[in-house]
Amino acid sequence: MELDYHNMRAFADSWGLVFMFAVFAVVVLWTLRPGGKKSSDDAARIPFKED
Amino acid sequence: MNNSLGTALVGLGAFLSLLGAAFAQDAAFSTHAWVIFIVLAIATVVMLRNTKFSAAGNAPVDTSGYMDGVIRYGTVITLFWGIVGFLVGVVIASQLAWPELNIEPWFNFGRMRPLHTSAVIFAFGGNALLATSFYVVQRTTRARLFGGGLAWFVFWGYQLFIVMAATGYLLGITEGREYAEPEWYVDLWLTVVWVAYLIVFMGTIFKRKEPHIYVANWFYLAFIVTIAMLHIVNNLSMPVSLLGAKSYSAFSGVQDALTQWWYGHNAVGFFLTAGFLGMMYYFVPKQAGRPVYSYRLSIIHFWALIFLYIWAGPHHLHYTALPDWAQTLGMVFSIMLWMPSWGGMINGLMTLSGAWDKLRTDPILRMLVISVAFYGMSTFEGPMMSIKAVNSLSHYTDWTIGHVHSGALGWVGMISFGAIYYLTPKLWNRQRLYSLRLVNWHFWLATLGIVVYAAVMWVSGIMQGLMWREYDAQGYLVYSFAESIAAMHPYYVLRMFGGLLYLAGALVMAFNIYKTIRGDVRSEVPMGAEAEALAPAE
Repeated sequence: MELDYHNMRAFADSWGLVFMFAVFAVVVLWTLRPGGKKSSDDAARIPFKED
Repeated sequence: MNNSLGTALVGLGAFLSLLGAAFAQDAAFSTHAWVIFIVLAIATVVMLRNTKFSAAGNAPVDTSGYMDGVIRYGTVITLFWGIVGFLVGVVIASQLAWPELNIEPWFNFGRMRPLHTSAVIFAFGGNALLATSFYVVQRTTRARLFGGGLAWFVFWGYQLFIVMAATGYLLGITEGREYAEPEWYVDLWLTVVWVAYLIVFMGTIFKRKEPHIYVANWFYLAFIVTIAMLHIVNNLSMPVSLLGAKSYSAFSGVQDALTQWWYGHNAVGFFLTAGFLGMMYYFVPKQAGRPVYSYRLSIIHFWALIFLYIWAGPHHLHYTALPDWAQTLGMVFSIMLWMPSWGGMINGLMTLSGAWDKLRTDPILRMLVISVAFYGMSTFEGPMMSIKAVNSLSHYTDWTIGHVHSGALGWVGMISFGAIYYLTPKLWNRQRLYSLRLVNWHFWLATLGIVVYAAVMWVSGIMQGLMWREYDAQGYLVYSFAESIAAMHPYYVLRMFGGLLYLAGALVMAFNIYKTIRGDVRSEVPMGAEAEALAPAE
């Protein structure tokens, strides 16, 4: 497959889009995972560890 | 960095600019090279006078604590450039109201306008980001800035970039690309400085003592990396001569326009939004004295913003030669931005839940909160204006100018002021600010100024848009363009007044910060104390 404008565009709005969306979905799901609450609450207190 | 090496390099730079002035291909480049030569020559003399050749002069500096010297310089220079930028804004607002104020050729509107935008965005906003990012990254990683004197190079190199850009505009040297006006040689210099900035920031994160990287640093890092990418791609150009001011873009036609607005909109998204969100996620919790409302929401805020913002640029090119699908794509992604923007706003505001009473007594917190509120308002208005039907009315009118200023004066300005008010007593080891009452004055002057400015521009912009599209029964335009300009005069005068209020607030701030640094403390009734004094006896 040649790397011209049309092929790149076709890739961008098919597999590229699916890939980006999948990465985003995984990131969100990972953030909201059941065990994540405690570590994120700890992280939120980082600015208060010093001064 | 070794100070004598730095001095030698600045001296070499001065010599090279002198050569540039001598062999320049055009008059503008020659004048610009002279300006740079004078600046660098003065810097060389100052640095030489500070160089000590005795053994005592080479005593190692204390590198155990945080590196705050550069941040102290950064806060002061932020305020300085802010006042310069606001002042130029008032001047160009006056030029629009009274065209006689255009002084040819250096001080006409065409040259002063980029001076204003660059001064407020890059000089004021950029220095606020530099200073606060250096502060926040050290405090949240519990590590000293990486790279020794490299942070000082970033600071002074960035000021040199600002001076080169500003003097270039007044000399008429411009690429004509909005918010990217500096010519090729200034762009190259900024690239060097920016890479050094990235090294300092990343290096500090790498040597962190805190295992988790706090979310504010994510936003700062996204800002630094994305601005590097945008700056390099948008400024790909071919200089006419190695010693000439003019260059031509590597792109042409609609590709050039799209590259420019991909840059332009992401300058808003990553410079004026992501960077300042980094500030929000540190200074709002610190000033409120409680952790951010939801840390997990802040992570989702981050990723949603990163994934969406980069595609929103085409909404600047509605109804142009840009393919229709690209315009629609830009519009759709802009509308989707509502979600992360409002998620972030809610996160910032809800951080105060349980501490809302502090707003009564703490004008700094008040400033930070109104800035988050303006973030919410302008990120609601922006996507709405990106809808093609709305854009057909709003585009090219003052409505856009009003929108930009509610974001810039409200969100960017207010959060920077709040951060500086927070930082100053900490950086100079003062017990508190000189006066909280004056912070309150600043708050109201600035808020009133923004309200006047934005409201006036809505009226003016919508009137302008309606006048341009008014047809009579025969299909002729009802108003000539000049008639729409004449109708805008009263609004332009009022807009200048709004800007004047905002500038006055910044001057009050400068006085307050000056007194704080000197160590003065004003004896005053604490904020909110009158109300208690009026309470009936038990």
